[in-house]
Amino acid sequence: MSAGRRQERQAGDGGEPSMTEQAYNFAYLDEQTKRMIRRALLKALAIPGYQVPFASREMPMPYGWGTGGVQVSAAVLTPEDRMKVIDQGADDTTNAVSIRKFFERTAGVATTERTPEATVIQTRHRIPEAPLTENQILVYQVPIPEPLRFLEPRETETRKMHALEEYGLMHVKLYEDIARHGHIATAYAYPVKVEGRYVMDPSPIPKFDNPKIAGCPAIQLYGAGREQRIYAVPPWTAAESLDFEDHPFEASKADHPCALCGAEDSYLDEVIIDDTGGRMFVCSDTDYCRARREAGHTGAMGAPYETEAQA
Amino acid sequence: METASLGGGFADAPVDAARAFRACLNAMARPGRIETVAGAAPPAPLSVAAGVALLTLCDPETPVHLAGAHDCGAVRDWITFHTGAPFSGPAGAVFAVGSWAAVQPLDAYPIGTATYPDRSATLIVEMPGLTAEGGARLSGPGIRDSARLALPETAVFRRNAALFPLGLDFIFTAGDRLAALPRTTRVEDA
Repeated sequence: MSAGRRQERQAGDGGEPSMTEQAYNFAYLDEQTKRMIRRALLKALAIPGYQVPFASREMPMPYGWGTGGVQVSAAVLTPEDRMKVIDQGADDTTNAVSIRKFFERTAGVATTERTPEATVIQTRHRIPEAPLTENQILVYQVPIPEPLRFLEPRETETRKMHALEEYGLMHVKLYEDIARHGHIATAYAYPVKVEGRYVMDPSPIPKFDNPKIAGCPAIQLYGAGREQRIYAVPPWTAAESLDFEDHPFEASKADHPCALCGAEDSYLDEVIIDDTGGRMFVCSDTDYCRARREAGHTGAMGAPYETEAQA
Repeated sequence: METASLGGGFADAPVDAARAFRACLNAMARPGRIETVAGAAPPAPLSVAAGVALLTLCDPETPVHLAGAHDCGAVRDWITFHTGAPFSGPAGAVFAVGSWAAVQPLDAYPIGTATYPDRSATLIVEMPGLTAEGGARLSGPGIRDSARLALPETAVFRRNAALFPLGLDFIFTAGDRLAALPRTTRVEDA
C-alpha cells in the first residue's frame, strides 16, 4: 500500500492511539471476522484433525501466499507476542519477510528470527528444528487441507469418508507407491492419523518433520485460506504417519551434513552452485543453522561465523 | 432509560478480546488448565469469566441459551447490547450459560452431525470455584500425562466423550477464572 493512500485513510477516521497502522484494526481483521475464526479454532482443538469450515476473507495478498495462516495468526495474536515467520524454514524469503512486516505494522507485535524466543510462529512447509515449547503456537499455511482430495475430488464424498472413518483409499494410494517404486514415495504432505481418528494433511512439510507433530508441547493450528478450512492438533496429541507393517514410515532427508554448519540431524536443501554439477546441502532452517554456526560449528564449505560482519 | 447494561464491556475491544481469546485457546488446548481473564464487568449472576467468554466469542451469528437464574433481564440486555447475539432454547444454541444444575439436561443441546461434528454447542458452566485439588483425573489430547480439575460429576463427561467425534465442549467459569473440557478428554474419578 502506498504512503499516500495510508495518509488519506488516516485523515478520514482520525485513528485510535492503540493502533499501529492507524487505518486498521488490531491485527488487520475486523472483530466479527476474528470471532468467527476464534470459534472455529476452539472447535478445531476440540476435534483434533477435523477440518472446520470457516468464512475465509480476502486478504491483502494473493491466495497461495499464506492467507489461511495469516488469518489464524491475526485471530490468535496479542500485543505481547513475539512473532516469527518462516517460509520453507527460512526467515529471509519474500513471503516470510512480508508477512512478518504485515503483523509488525498492523498488530504492533515484536518479531524475531530466533525460534526459542518466539511465542507465535507462522510457517510455510516446515517445522523448526529447535524443539518447540509449551508457550508457543505454531501456525501452518495450508494449500490443500483435504488429504483425500487428489483421490476423490468431490467434497461431499470426502466429508462422508471422514464421517465414516473410511480411509482405505489412502492406504491404496500408499500401496500403489510401493507397487510402483518399491517404497512409499510420498515425500511431503505425508498423511497422519490424529489421535486414532481423523486422517489429516500436515500441510506440505517434508515427511522428515512428521514425527515432530506427535506429542509436540506447542499448540499447532492449520489455516487454509482459499479452501476455507481450519484444523488443529492440541499439545501432547498422537499423530501417526500412515504406513504398513512391512513398509514402516521413515522420516527421510538428504544423506549429507549441512555444508555451512555441519549439522547431521537437520533437514537439508540442495543448492546448485555452478553449471558443472556442483552442489551443496544446507540446513533448510536458517535460524538453526545460524545458531549452530554462532556456537562455533562449521561445515565443509562454511566460513567461521562473524557476528558483526553483516554491517 | 435503563443504562446499566451499556457498561461493563471491553474498554479496548480488539486488544481485550485478543488476550481473552488466548486464555480460551490455552484452556481448550490444555484441558484442566485454569486461566485468568479480565476486561468485562457483566451484571450478576454472570461471572467476569463468563462475561469475557461471551464478549470474545458471541455475535449476531451465535444463538445463546440462558439457563436458570442467568435468564434475567439484566443479563439479556447486557448480552444484547454488547454482542447482538440472539437468544434461543437449548436445541438451537451455539453457546449456553448457566449453573451446572440449570444447563441440564445435556441431551437437549446439539452435539454436531457425523459430517459436521463442529456444529455442536459449547456450554459455559458457572461454578462456585475452580480447583485442581481432589478433582477428577483428566487425560487425552492437550494433556501430557494427566491433569486434575474438580468437576460437578464425572459419568456425564464420560458419556459425552464416548460420542466422539460428536459431543459438547465445556468452559467452566468462576470469578475471573476459566478452564475448559473438550469432548476428547477422558475423565476418571479421583
